[in-house]
Amino acid sequence: MVTLNSINKSYPVGKSNYLHVLKGIDLVIDKGELVSIMGPSGSGKSTLLNILGILDSYDDGEYILEDVVMKNLSEKQSAFYRNKFLGFVFQSFNLLPFKNAMENVALPLYYQKVGRKDRNRIALNYLDKFGLKDWATHMPNELSGGQKQRVAIARAMINKPSVILADEPTGALDSHTSEEVMQIFRDVNKEGTTVIIVTHDREVSGRTDRVISLRDGIIEHSGNAELNKEIA
Amino acid sequence: MIDIDKWKEILLTLSKNKLRTALTMFGVFWGIFMLVIMLGAGNGLQNGVMYEMAGVATNSFWMWGSRTTVPYKGLKPGRFIRFNNDDTKAILENVKELKHFSPCNQLGGYQGTNIVARKNNSGTFNVMGLYPEIRYIESVGIDAGRFLNEKDISDNRKVAIIGQKVRDILFTPDEDPIGDAIKINGVYFKVVGVSNPGKRKGNSADEEREKIFIPISTFQQAFNYGDKVGWYAATAKDGYSASIVEEKIKAILKKRHKVAEEDQNAIGSYNSEENYLETLSIFTGIKSFVGIVGFLTLLAGSIGIANIMLIIVKERTKEIGVRKALGARPSNIIAMVLQESVLLTIISGFFGLVLGIMLLDTVSFAMSGMSDNSDVPFRNPEISSAIAIGALIILIITGIIAGLIPASIAAKIKPVSALSAE
Repeated sequence: MVTLNSINKSYPVGKSNYLHVLKGIDLVIDKGELVSIMGPSGSGKSTLLNILGILDSYDDGEYILEDVVMKNLSEKQSAFYRNKFLGFVFQSFNLLPFKNAMENVALPLYYQKVGRKDRNRIALNYLDKFGLKDWATHMPNELSGGQKQRVAIARAMINKPSVILADEPTGALDSHTSEEVMQIFRDVNKEGTTVIIVTHDREVSGRTDRVISLRDGIIEHSGNAELNKEIA
Repeated sequence: MIDIDKWKEILLTLSKNKLRTALTMFGVFWGIFMLVIMLGAGNGLQNGVMYEMAGVATNSFWMWGSRTTVPYKGLKPGRFIRFNNDDTKAILENVKELKHFSPCNQLGGYQGTNIVARKNNSGTFNVMGLYPEIRYIESVGIDAGRFLNEKDISDNRKVAIIGQKVRDILFTPDEDPIGDAIKINGVYFKVVGVSNPGKRKGNSADEEREKIFIPISTFQQAFNYGDKVGWYAATAKDGYSASIVEEKIKAILKKRHKVAEEDQNAIGSYNSEENYLETLSIFTGIKSFVGIVGFLTLLAGSIGIANIMLIIVKERTKEIGVRKALGARPSNIIAMVLQESVLLTIISGFFGLVLGIMLLDTVSFAMSGMSDNSDVPFRNPEISSAIAIGALIILIITGIIAGLIPASIAAKIKPVSALSAE
């Protein structure tokens, strides 16, 4: 479960000014939810995602992930929690170009000190699950965009995270492939993993269960996707 | 460290980035290669010079009379000092630190030559009048027969030991020179032995082959030298410094010949100990210079590695960000960069070491065909295994230092900034 209590975050601008990006975010995302975070650029959605992903710190408030308060963590601790609780999917896939699909998927297990044979075997299972078993030994540049994103999702899933964080996961894909990828997220979600997708694409948010709209650092609206459409 | 999995991961990363890897390796390879070559060349030079010097005892000295330069007790400067048999006696009686000692005369003076004949053959050779002990001072070996002995001296025997070249010119290969006679300045001498240059090499060995040794007593009598002695050759007893013994003898001679104590020129001398120590110190200097240059080259190489690792870290910002997002701790990242840097340094350094040693061996092998008399003072370029191992240790340290700064920079990369860097 993800709980945010009045999260504030400012960035210094110049020497004395601050840009107040998040102005008291309160948010609860239950286990097994499929949520999208929407908002125009500058609304703070990327910052929110970074905080949710323990990639960035916050100034005050409280972020509780799986009953652990994520505050004042050392680099080592945040790396540990990222690896334990979270899976990341990026817009530009961020696969390591010199590792094949299987090795890319296996990477999070490397940092859990799982042996090479074991982690490659597990990685192969995940690739199989996403229909990419035959592509296991291919390098990222030999894969299509959709395939790359499926590899990235497999990589995000391999450490059995409680939350998947996806930053514009369909931003680099055509609409047909986007559809496929969203279906995968829905499948993953059905198996019990919480999925949080940051997007500005209404097609994408329309396929999630709840849409959180962000504007100027505050949650403007949070609710069921259909309802959102009506309001818009 | 014996985590095979980890090393496979590193090897995989490096092998997938061949150009980067090759570039990084070259700097260190070159550094260690140059270090090996230069140290080897330094050793080769030293070996060569030491080889030339071999055969002459390092605690030996030579002494000859010259002109006085300081007036003394009413005597004018410019007097020529000539040693004689009484000097020899006085030295032998008073200087107990001498191990070997020989008065020497050469027919025709120092480096003088004489025509020596036998039957219809003749040649120009150096005729030396000596004590038997000269063979221990100047390293004279015996091919056939015997060398001079005490009896030759006391009985004024007309015997001669001839050098190899003398034998080759005066005798045909199937003739046995021992027992035969040669004529020096109209005086017949019986050949009792054939000498060889012993441990001497190069030019000095050639000179040795053209010498004829006869007893100094016979020499003085046969060639009208009276009791004159040309010069002295001597070695100090073990544990005594040749320089000190030399000074002691000089003092005796100065007193006997009424030479002022402060006159530095009346008695000339050459001391192989001083020469040897001087040569050694020159090589210590050369070697430390070469070592410093080599070490600095290595340092330049490691700065190169640090530079390239920095560029690599910059280039891999995104990758490192991704790794961090996927759970890599800072220590993982530091270890990754350090291990890559150390591995690169060691492998390239090892190649530099091996190739350098191979080149030295090749040169060594090519020069092994060189004759003993070559004038090139260069021989057996080599480096000791201690230096080789030391170089490897330096390499490992270099690799760690070269990786340290880039690694700490890599560890500080924020996953956020890495991911936004498109």
